[in-house]
Formats: sequence, structure tokens, C-alpha cells
Amino acid sequence: MTAVSDVSSHAIARARWRPAEIAFWILALSCAFLFPSRYLIMTDILRLALFTLSLDLILGYAGIVSLGHAAFFGVGAYSAGLLALHGIINEPVIALVVAGLIAMALGFLTSFLVIRGVDLTRLMVTLGIALLLEALAERFSNITGGTDGLQGIEMQPILGVFAFDMFGKTGFFYSLIVLFLLFLLARRIVNSPFGLSLRAIKNNPLRASAIGVPVNRRLIAIYTVAAFYAGIAGALFTQTTALASLDVFAFERSADLMLVLVIGGTGYLYGGLIGAVVFKMLQELFQTITPQYWLFWIGLVLVVMVLVGRERIHRWVLWGPNLVIRQIFGRKAGVAVPESDAP
Amino acid sequence: MTTLFTILFDGVAYGMLLFVLACGLAVTLGLMNFVNLAHGAFAMAGGYICAVLVNNQGWPFFSALPLAFVVSALIGVALERTLYRHLYTRSHLDQVLFTIGLTFMSVAAVDYIMGSSRIFIKLPAALEGQFDLFGVGIGRYRLMIIVICGLLTVALQLILSKTRFGSRLRAAVDDPRAAGGLGINVPKVFAFTFAFGCGLAGLGGALSAEILGLDPYFPLKFMIYFLIVVTVGGSSSITGPFLASLLLGIGDVAGKYYVPKMGPFVIYTIMIVILIWRPNGLFGRAAAR
Amino acid sequence: MTIALETRGLEKSFGGLRVTRDLSLKVEQGARHALIGPNGAGKTTVINLLTGVLKPNAGQILLEGNDITDLAVHKRVLRGLSRTFQINQLYADLTPLETVGLAVSERLGRGGDWWRRMGTRGDVNQEIAETLGRFHLLDVMNERTATLPYGKQRLLEIAVAIATRPRVLLLDEPAAGVPESERHDILAAVAALPRDVTVLLIEHDMDLVFSFADRISVLVNGAMLVEGPPDEVARDPQVKAVYLGEAADA
Repeated sequence: MTAVSDVSSHAIARARWRPAEIAFWILALSCAFLFPSRYLIMTDILRLALFTLSLDLILGYAGIVSLGHAAFFGVGAYSAGLLALHGIINEPVIALVVAGLIAMALGFLTSFLVIRGVDLTRLMVTLGIALLLEALAERFSNITGGTDGLQGIEMQPILGVFAFDMFGKTGFFYSLIVLFLLFLLARRIVNSPFGLSLRAIKNNPLRASAIGVPVNRRLIAIYTVAAFYAGIAGALFTQTTALASLDVFAFERSADLMLVLVIGGTGYLYGGLIGAVVFKMLQELFQTITPQYWLFWIGLVLVVMVLVGRERIHRWVLWGPNLVIRQIFGRKAGVAVPESDAP
Repeated sequence: MTTLFTILFDGVAYGMLLFVLACGLAVTLGLMNFVNLAHGAFAMAGGYICAVLVNNQGWPFFSALPLAFVVSALIGVALERTLYRHLYTRSHLDQVLFTIGLTFMSVAAVDYIMGSSRIFIKLPAALEGQFDLFGVGIGRYRLMIIVICGLLTVALQLILSKTRFGSRLRAAVDDPRAAGGLGINVPKVFAFTFAFGCGLAGLGGALSAEILGLDPYFPLKFMIYFLIVVTVGGSSSITGPFLASLLLGIGDVAGKYYVPKMGPFVIYTIMIVILIWRPNGLFGRAAAR
Repeated sequence: MTIALETRGLEKSFGGLRVTRDLSLKVEQGARHALIGPNGAGKTTVINLLTGVLKPNAGQILLEGNDITDLAVHKRVLRGLSRTFQINQLYADLTPLETVGLAVSERLGRGGDWWRRMGTRGDVNQEIAETLGRFHLLDVMNERTATLPYGKQRLLEIAVAIATRPRVLLLDEPAAGVPESERHDILAAVAALPRDVTVLLIEHDMDLVFSFADRISVLVNGAMLVEGPPDEVARDPQVKAVYLGEAADA
């Protein structure tokens, strides 16, 4: 029956790799060889990209606005730091996964608070949880090192073979591989029936439940997965910088994260990655002008982006690339357009 | 026993201050379903205006307070007319991003102009120290706060329940669409209310410099408190936020006194327990919008 | 005759306002039952109560004899009670394929699959294709729903509900707002609903009601006024008064 094969091919088409995507990853890899002196900042971008990917999963796909996503980043960071510091798990990859799982457990527990109530309640709860953790870390300074942070973390070689070097080359490739693997997983998730149900919930939760979607269960699941991703990002931070201090929980980190995501665009996974690159470049630019008033510029970018309209800005920016893509491939297929945010 | 009363007294003063700071937020939220995370920036503006007038210009404290109200309200109405009104129909995400952006800008701007350290407002001698009332130490400044904020609360309640404007406002908060149908000019009511709320926040900011501390990070530090007041209290009346503020104030003071090491946790624990018990807030409407 | 859907003494108030009053309704298996009433009679509230969006203050709802009063919305759907929506609540950014696919996946218990790409299960694809075919949506299955003609959107609305394989279907004004030229398709789709699906039609349009229903309940001010076969209801003086009164107001 031809209709069935039509259905199947159309349904699968969404998950097919587009030329632009492949080009993106080749470009990311080639950066390693193009800018060998800038591993540290590039690693920074990769971590931020992974962290933003995590926010995209809940905000871009499920519509959960969070003011405290740094909570999971921080838990991942401290977990990885403590595991390494006390020699509990010396192998970085295993420690990374364990740190992610710890953040995931916290995500699962707090998801029950987050899915209740309206947007405003979610803002308060997410912000409150991050502040609570920050206060806890400060209170138990004998464990966390308080405001000084964890001191003297020494990382063992990855898989017992690849030692971290002072130029950050190992750290960069390590981060790139972790990001790519988790990206593949996220891509699989959002193109699955589960991912489809998330998009439906984001658009109209009531309608989704009227179709038979267990809304709360799906939200709990994606929130938990996103916490895992954020935890991994935090753990990568600790492992590649050998640092973990109280500011991993800071509100500014959660707010920056939202800025990164909206710069890149929500709901198509690449937003976090592109946003991270643009954000770090902006940061470099503004910090050379007025280092101590960086917060002002972030604020200005946020205000302008919202007033002009996020979608409009993305249309402007994508106008050039899309033109090129259309010239080469002759149709709209490869055009990257972030999914609009339904009010 | 007397410490208990002192804690209660301090807590009530703190709570009333929080109410004056946050009640404008509750009304704007109820009226336009608008999430204004920059509310604390207006409070900070009031605090700094008062500080500049008193410390640098030599104004008396009590004449600087009304001006803190007026200037904050003017800033509020200017921003409402130029920027905020474009965002009422936008998604909550846009509102959150925009108001966080404004908050960041205000923090950096105040840091740039006034410096990053905490500032104090010179108080008249009559407000300093404390006196004994049946063995309970009563801080003069806190007593003044309770009096001012108490009068304000009563006045607000009277305006809302007795005046024509109040009944229009309540109708509009209850159901903005229906109110528009009844011939109430919702945008105008809203602009006025927004300005008034900002003014109250400014006044609260001026009053709170002594107790909460005033520095450029004020809007970020107290964002969670404002959010707690409006989510726990709900936005359908001002009674809810008032009771929530008192609960928060007393809880915070008591927590810091009895379990100093676990100070902040008391508040967050109360918040979480309340949310598990009543997801839409203690006094919130069941219908979530 | 078995009863597919039943309410017993259903009550709902908002504030002091009683919008549903002691509503007892029995819909027989396989029936074409219509629930009519003038504007403000509380029809929408009844749908929200039946589907679980609202919880009644008192009373019971039974689906095929089982109490579902406290069941969550999606669980009622899985038990076989589905609805269509009156105003357009379709997913504007999803395609008909995705919308129907969502319903089919959930019904087959595959909606939570996160490791599998869409379109890789034969049974799901088969059922999606059948449903789309039955409602003449195969040719537009890969277009954004928002770009479809209104009539097609209304068909999709019914298709989604049918894709959940309901045994009881609540049709909420299926033809409202459809242009005359596309109306025929909707009416044909409604008439062609499988006989084993019990249908409760909530409708304003009297032509549609009297051509379709074999039993009619009239709701006024949240309470049941009259119930009976169409010819009886049409002759009822109380019903005439209500509708004439409304016509006089308008």
C-alpha cells in the first residue's frame, strides 16, 4: 500500500541529516586544527553549548521556562570535583557519567515541583532551588570549600590514556566528543514519538491530554533528561578547568544561559551551539571595552532582542545563509529556521 | 518569651516592608498576566533617590520619602508607556527575558554611577535606637515602618474596596476581557496601577535601605522574595500577598534567629511545602491562567 | 440496551454561580445523541466535566458502567472517551501526519518511545495511513496544519479524535464556521462515523441536529429541560418557548 510508505517516508524525513548539519559538525571539528592556540576558549564554548542544549530540551521543546538551570550545572560540577578530589572515581569518563546521574536524580526529584502550577510558579521554584543549593554549598563549606571553591583537583588521564594538558587540547577533544554524542542522543529524542508529544504539549497542553498524552509524565521525563545534560556540562567544567566554586549556582549563569539560547534560537537543537559561539564572541568584544559592566551589555542585548522580536532577528541573520543554500540545493529543504515560540 | 515578641515584631516590620515592595507586582501580574522580574529595580531606584537627597542634598528623611515614591512612579510610567506596553501580548518567555535584561542594565548602571558598595541613608536621631515596652525591645525605625506600611495597607484596602477606581481595578483583575467589555479602559487603569506599584516599590526601597541593605544587586537578591510573595499570596486580592509577606517576614526573621546556620533554608522549605500543598499558592485562584 | 456514558446528579459551580445543576444523562450504546441548548446553557461546562478538564462539585460520571469521575484527562481518552474541539485547537505547526501520528502512537502505547525515530513502526504507519485516507487527508498529510483550508482542518479535528479509537465520541459543534462549500464533507464524515462508536453531539445548528440525532437532550441554565426522540422534542412547548425566547432576544 503506497499510502503507508508515504506516511513512513514523510515521518522519517524530519530526522534525516541535512547537508547544512553535516557541514556544521565538520566546521566544528576543523576549528580544532584552524585555531590550535585557542583550545581553552573553544572548550569554554563547547561546555556552554552543551549546557544550552540542555535548556533547549526543556524550554525549546517542552516550554518550561527556568530561572535556575544552573542548579544542575552546579551539582554536576561539584560532584565531578568531589569525586576527583577524594579519589572516589578517578577515571574522568565514569566520573562524568556519575556526576550527570547525580544531577539527573535531583532533576527527577524537583521535577514534581516544577510541573505543578503556572509559569510564574515555575520561575519561583527553579530560581528557589538554585538559590537553595547555593546556600547549601556555602553552608557546608567544609565539604565544598565555600567561597574559595574546591582546591587542588587533579584530573587523571581519560580512559587512563589521554592526560589533560596545559594547552587544553585533550580537554577540547574530550568536550567535543561528549557534546557530539549527547547531541546525537538529543537529536534522536526530539525526533522520536516522545519528542513529538513534547512539541504538542508545548503548543497546547490541554489538547495534548485530550489526545491521550500523559502530559505530566512526559514533562517529568524531559526535565530529568535535561538535568542530566546540565550535570554533564557542569562536570565537564570542573574536569577541564579543575575548578568548582559557588558561582556555578549563580543566577547570572542561569540568565546568561537563556540569553545564549535565545540568541541561537529555540527548538531546533543547533540554537544552543550557535548561541554559545555568538555569546562568547560578544563577551570577548564587550569585555575589551568595559570589563566590569558586562552585565549592562547582556541586559541591553536581551532587551533589544525581545523588543525587535527574536524571530525577526533570526530571519535577518538567516537571510544570507538561506540564500546560499537555496542557490546550491535549489529548494527549501536545508533551510534552518528555528521553530517559533507559541505564546 | 520577650525574644519571641521581639522576633514577631521584627518579622512583622520586615513582612510589611516586603508587602509594600511587592504589592505592585501582584497587581500588575493579576491585571495583565505580566511577569515583571524588574520590579526590584524600581525599589532600588527609590532607595538611591532617597539616599542622594538625604546624604548629599541634606534633605530631611521624611520629605525625601514622598519624592522617592514620585520619582519611582514617574520612571515606572515612562517605561510602561515606551517599552512595557509592547510586551503584554507576548509569551512569558519574552517577558522574562526582557525584564531580566532591564534588571541587569539597572544593576550595572547603578554600579557605574553610585559604586558597588552598600550605602546607608542618614536617619534622623529620633528614629535610632530602641525603647522598652513591657520588657520587649522595640526598634524605633521598625516601629515607624510598621506604622507607615500599616497605614499604606489600610489605605490601599480602602481604595480598592470603597472607590470607583478600586472597583474597576478589581473587575479588571478578575477578568480583563470582561472588564474591557464593561467600558473600563484597561490599558489606562493598568498604566496608572503600574506607576503606583512602582512608586510603592520605590518607597519600600527607601525604607528598606536600613534593614535589607541597599546596593546595586538589590533587584537580583530580592527577586526570589517578590516571586514568593506573589506566588504564595496569589494575585486575586491584596490580602493574599499581605499575608504571604507577613509569613515570609516572620519566617525569615525567626529562621535567622533560631537556626542561624540554616537561615535561608527555612524560607525555601516553607515555600516548597506550601507549593506541594497548594500548587497555585495559599490564596491563589484555582483557575490557572 | 447498554448505557455507554452516564452522568448522575452532576453539579458544578463557579463562585456562587451554579452552571451545571443536578444533571443526569444516559447515552445508549451506539446512539446518535444530541445535546442542545441556547447560548449560556452550560454545554461547554458539560463537555469539560465529561472529559475531565473540570472536576464536578458533586455527582458521578460513568463510562460503560465504570466510574471515571476522578480520572485524569488522558486516562479517559485511553479508556475510550474522546472529543473534538469547537474552535480551532489543532497544532498549527504540526502536519496532519504528525497530529494523527501523535494520537495513534499514544493509543498503541508507543508515545513514550524516545529511542526510536518516527515512522519506523509498521503498525503505527498503517493506522495513520488508514485514518488519513478515511478523512481525505492523504494528499495534504505533509503540510503545516495552519496552511490547510478550514474544511480540511475540521476533518483533521475529527480524524484525530477517531485515531484514538473512541467508543464514545463527543462532537463539539463539528460544522461551526465551515463555509457552505466545504460543509458537505464534514456532514458526510460525521454521518460515516462507525456505528459502534457512540456519539454525543453538542450542537447549535438545528438542521444538523435533526438530520443526525436519534435522541435529543435539551439543556437550559445548566439543567436538563427535556429529553426524547427528535419529533417529540421538536413538538415540546417548553423547548419552543426557550428557542423562540432566544430568537426574540437576538
